[in-house]
Amino acid sequence: MENIIEISGLHFSYPSDGDTEPAEVLKGIDLTIKEGEFVAVLGHNGSGKSTLAKHINAILLPTEGKVVVDGIDTADESRLFELRQRAGMVFQNPDNQIVSSVVEEDVAFALENLGVPYEEMRRRVDESLKAVNMYDYRQHSPSQLSGGQKQRIAIAGIIAMQPKCIILDEPTAMLDPQGRREVMATIKKMNREQGITIVLITHYMDEAAQCDRVVVMDKGTVALDDTPREVFSHVERVMEIGLDVPQVTELAWELRKAGCDIPQDIITEDECVAAIQKLFAAK
Amino acid sequence: MLRDVTIGQYFPGNSIIHRLDPRFKIVITLIYILMLFTGSNVVCLAVGAVYTLIAVFLSRIPLKMFWKSVKPLLPFLLITAVLNVLLVDSGDVYFKWKFLKVTEGGINISVFMIIRIVLLIMGSSLLTYTTSPITLTDAIERLLSPLKLLKFPVHELAMMMSIALRFVPTLIEETDKIMSAQKARGAEIDTGSFLTRAKNMISILVPLFISSFRRADELATAMECRCYNGGEGRTRLRQLKASARDVIALVITLMFYAAAIAVSIIFKHLMK
Repeated sequence: MENIIEISGLHFSYPSDGDTEPAEVLKGIDLTIKEGEFVAVLGHNGSGKSTLAKHINAILLPTEGKVVVDGIDTADESRLFELRQRAGMVFQNPDNQIVSSVVEEDVAFALENLGVPYEEMRRRVDESLKAVNMYDYRQHSPSQLSGGQKQRIAIAGIIAMQPKCIILDEPTAMLDPQGRREVMATIKKMNREQGITIVLITHYMDEAAQCDRVVVMDKGTVALDDTPREVFSHVERVMEIGLDVPQVTELAWELRKAGCDIPQDIITEDECVAAIQKLFAAK
Repeated sequence: MLRDVTIGQYFPGNSIIHRLDPRFKIVITLIYILMLFTGSNVVCLAVGAVYTLIAVFLSRIPLKMFWKSVKPLLPFLLITAVLNVLLVDSGDVYFKWKFLKVTEGGINISVFMIIRIVLLIMGSSLLTYTTSPITLTDAIERLLSPLKLLKFPVHELAMMMSIALRFVPTLIEETDKIMSAQKARGAEIDTGSFLTRAKNMISILVPLFISSFRRADELATAMECRCYNGGEGRTRLRQLKASARDVIALVITLMFYAAAIAVSIIFKHLMK
């Protein structure tokens, strides 16, 4: 598979505001993401994970180093809209990214900006709304919807652009459990059915456990980068960085410490249940 | 309490008035206002009243709703009417006390003015009752688009209006939250004199402003991520198509206008 995102030697500092030294947020990041991958980016507050995300579609530009998305250098201003069309971004607060008072018009917003002709726009808007399972709400006002529904509308607005990659910056942070489930299911479906590369920034470990790959950020660098199973098996390392592991992984880890014979690489509830059952059966 | 704001309230429906092209509706409303203000006698207004009542009937919006929009202006109307009755001096004198006179002319002018204003409010309410604010914004953008040639920022204004409309419910919700939060901290918002209450509003307005700026910043980023770069080369999902119906409505309105003028000329001759 081809690399869709290539980040090399990325440094970034927010410009100083006079009194303070410029703070370096990203300190040399090398990262490549392949087409169709489902990647979670973890890290505690201030680790630079949101800053990294904003480099992928040129909201921020590198102080040093290079970011190339689908063959487009993000610093190339002449291809900015092309880039943003290929790498869409969904933000944390669903209210602050919905532009229109009518659901379907919000989904059409990007297409209107890109000057897509009416018939094609109509078709893509309807398809996107169906893909996120919100077609029945197309005439509603966003203020009548729940957080999870609003976030799905935001996702529909992005997939209407037919991007190759979607970056989601903590899309579930402001949602209730029901909304989180809806949004996660939608993201997974986009990845599976349409082959869209997903970069999911999150601080929920159980969400990260559902991805193909987990990148853990710490103090502006990539600390760990592997499959969730591998990353979460380094329980002590992950906790040292200031993050948690999924609850089931922690449970297994504690049981191991207490002398039980339980595998180290448990990341889902089902695996945990099976392992504990086996433990009891052995006795 | 904040949810009862009725300015520009829209009543969804599917009547013939609802379905008219919003651009035509705005133009028709402007002609209607012109008709009310060029009409110089009661007969002319009667034609206007007939026109209004037909339109109201067709919109299937209860008359009660129109009364609601007239009501807040009643005190103002009555005061002006009383002043007109007492101060206008023309025609037969019915009553006289010092410099105050009640004359035929005064009464005529008062009645005339009340009817004119009431019709004016009813007509413009009909526009906002049957057209959603977002459609109205859209229509205004398109009607004003010739001004783009004069470098007037038509698209930007319309975008600002529609974003404002979009955030009205969000900000109302937020205001409610902030009020509760400040009350929980012991702020007294609903008590005290007018001045203390106004002062206490600061504790609500400051956080509201700060959060609005944050929202605006995030929204701007989200819009840029969706390739927004002004009105140039934009296409629209909402298509406005004028049909025969709209032209007929416009013609009927113009006919009423012509009738009003004709009737008032005839009336003038008869009175002589």
